[in-house]
Amino acid sequence: MIELLQTVHQMGEGLLGAAWMPVWTVVKILVIVLPIMGGVAYYTLAERKVLGFMQVRPGPNRVGWWGLMQPIADGIKLLLKEFIIPSGANKFLFLAAPVMALTPALAAWAVVPFFEGGTLANVNAGLLYLLAMTSLGVYGIIIAGWASNSKYAFLGALRSAAQIVSYELAMGFALVCVLLAAQSLNMGEIVQGQQSEYGLFGWYWVPLFPMFIVYFLAGVAETNRAPFDLAEDESAIVAGFHTEYSGMGFALFFLAEYANMILIAALTVVFFLGGYLNPFHGWGVLGELTDQIPGLFWMLAKMSIFLFLFLWLRATFPRYRYDQLMRLGWKVFIPLTLIWVVVVASWMQTSLWVW
Amino acid sequence: MNIETILFYFFAASTVFSALRVITARNPLHSVMFLVLAFVSSAGIWLLLEAEFLAIALVLVYVGAVMVLFLFVVMMLDINIEKLRKDYLQWLPAGALLATLIVVQMVFVLGDKAASTGMTAVKHASDYSNTKELGRLIYTDYVYPFELAAVLLLVAMVAAIALTFRRRRDSKRQDVRWQVNVKRNDRVRIISMPATKKNEVSGADEAHAAD
Repeated sequence: MIELLQTVHQMGEGLLGAAWMPVWTVVKILVIVLPIMGGVAYYTLAERKVLGFMQVRPGPNRVGWWGLMQPIADGIKLLLKEFIIPSGANKFLFLAAPVMALTPALAAWAVVPFFEGGTLANVNAGLLYLLAMTSLGVYGIIIAGWASNSKYAFLGALRSAAQIVSYELAMGFALVCVLLAAQSLNMGEIVQGQQSEYGLFGWYWVPLFPMFIVYFLAGVAETNRAPFDLAEDESAIVAGFHTEYSGMGFALFFLAEYANMILIAALTVVFFLGGYLNPFHGWGVLGELTDQIPGLFWMLAKMSIFLFLFLWLRATFPRYRYDQLMRLGWKVFIPLTLIWVVVVASWMQTSLWVW
Repeated sequence: MNIETILFYFFAASTVFSALRVITARNPLHSVMFLVLAFVSSAGIWLLLEAEFLAIALVLVYVGAVMVLFLFVVMMLDINIEKLRKDYLQWLPAGALLATLIVVQMVFVLGDKAASTGMTAVKHASDYSNTKELGRLIYTDYVYPFELAAVLLLVAMVAAIALTFRRRRDSKRQDVRWQVNVKRNDRVRIISMPATKKNEVSGADEAHAAD
């Protein structure tokens, strides 16, 4: 995979000279962003299908073969709908909010390694960059809630702000354990640190198992997904922060939410499940055979598990009450992560640490 | 003029502009948003100085957490903008005096150093990690000041909570732990009710009709 990239890179450099650098970067960005957008579109269909099957009904099956054209029909519908700006709304911020929600969701992908050496930007402090980007997403929600001039939107925004700030702490501490184990903030090195002869038992989910659970659940809370979707609690506050949005404004929030879900799935895989590494590496013949499969396949396969888990959680659990949500974040997750940071730090000083 | 100079002037102009707008914007929420922009622009300047840890930490801590809480409070407050603007001119001289003082102090502290090194930052090799260097300094040379600062912050946090926390005796708050630990048998009782025979039911119906 990396050889192919280098061949293209050298060819382009010969062709365009100094102008190649920006062109190449834009091409790389498009190669990452376009599949994510396509993934988001078909993830919405997958969600409706999975929810449908779990509730013993077929899900969307009218548009195209088995409903495969449904996301495109939805997209066209939302594109053609009127975008209404409520009276009394702050027009500039009302229009800027969906963009502020989507931008960090896409910008965070810059440091995610898709295969060996396959990142857009090989940043030394990649993990910190990710934390910073995921924490910026909340602005879109808060600004949307405030600029709408609607009490339901406002309540949704307040709930979301408190929720994201609380769960970010647990998320951050879970990642402190990861960087302790990997001894690096670089995403590529974090994945490489999980490479061992034991295949999937060499990954960080084994020593950091509680953190793995906390990170994924905090991720579910951070993306405002069921059962933590208090910010868009339709039984209490209509649609939460995006109550007043219609047409493309609503579509952008939708895109941001799903792009964030895919991001959380990718990050959980990179931090705890060895990213693009082969789960059977070093397992005799099976390991040698599966080593031939490109890393990108493993990455996507592992991500799919978590993407399915998001939908499974939504189909299974009832929504949390707000005080229960805060209790889980502050009284369960944060103490647990704090203790585990100390446990991992001391564990690493002993000879029992084999990761 | 290389690309770094252009970027520096861009970030610097954006920082100065947004800092000015923080104090001149009419709407307090706009002020907060401009403060966010000022933080992000200064993070950009730090990135140009190869201080990527500081730049990202600034965005992570100030933009991602502190300013979100700021926004939270500003949105909740019912601020009378007219009343707030009334004393603006009255306090402007005092503010200007303070600002000049700070600028003069900064020039005394930094001006000398900038002049002696010829105004150029030291370039590092591409494998230089600002994060690692900072971590080494904090946890070796400056470990006591660092821990002292951490304890001070902890004390401040505990004090703030202790001062404002008031437990109401008569509040009917729910104990979530108790709620979570409820077992099915505490709430649902399954009792055995044998099915009634058909003629018994019809007999009862007739008796009812006779009334």
